Amino acid sequence: MLINHPTLGPRDASEFVYKGDAALIRRPAPDAPDALEQFIDYGYLRDNPAGAHRELWFHEQGDRSWLVVTRDTLTHEITDVELARDVARREGRSK
Amino acid sequence: MPDLIAITPLGATRPRIDSHGPVTLTEVTDRALASVAARLGHEAQTAALVTSLIGAPAPGPARMGGTDLTAFWMGPDQWMLDAPIETHEDLAHQILAQAKGATSVTDQTGAWCRFDLSGDGLADVLERLTNANTRAFTGGEAQRTAVEHMGCFLLCHSPRHISVIGPRSSAGSLHHALLTAIRSAH
Repeated sequence: MLINHPTLGPRDASEFVYKGDAALIRRPAPDAPDALEQFIDYGYLRDNPAGAHRELWFHEQGDRSWLVVTRDTLTHEITDVELARDVARREGRSK
Repeated sequence: MPDLIAITPLGATRPRIDSHGPVTLTEVTDRALASVAARLGHEAQTAALVTSLIGAPAPGPARMGGTDLTAFWMGPDQWMLDAPIETHEDLAHQILAQAKGATSVTDQTGAWCRFDLSGDGLADVLERLTNANTRAFTGGEAQRTAVEHMGCFLLCHSPRHISVIGPRSSAGSLHHALLTAIRSAH
């Protein structure tokens, strides 16, 4: 499997480590009134879609960037790859 | 002061040189390394610092640049600076003096070992060890990839001269892997 790295081009999947659902970028605010419930969701509850799934991959044996990869869990087809920091900044995080 | 004896990454007092077929494998110990990483919001200043240090544009992804003092790209807004240790033993401090808080500077000299492959047929050797498309290298590439499960940098000075920079604590394993691949390929 190849992952088309946004800056480095196609690189072998063996250079990457899977880091889970991309929703992990959205860490809840610890001072919210329902912070406990939000953190239980954040820590334990995951969607398990049969189809397109946004997930985090870490380029451990490469430039050590974190990526958000959109992968079809049925076919393994990868339709989109972005730097996680670009995604986070677009969502107003990582200021 | 105690009389200390400097040793190379392979544990000898002199750098090791091996030749087999058309390829020479040389342990390189006369380079100083320091990494620079932009602090948040200071990406442009860091690129400008690298540019002023090497006297050439800061290298883009998977590239290197410069002549005497050189830099290669490590990751987004991160570079490794490479200079002769004779004149730049305190490379990190020299850079830190110019960084003005915009950049994190880390001395990397003692963290890495470097082996230079020179001669013909280097792609035949490296294709046995890495995923990197070394056959397409023309000069100026600087790729971080795995060599025998070790995270290494491959620096292509020219297709007949490629440096492998790997973790110093695994110098023996890396040297063994390179030598075995050279003997296999040639």
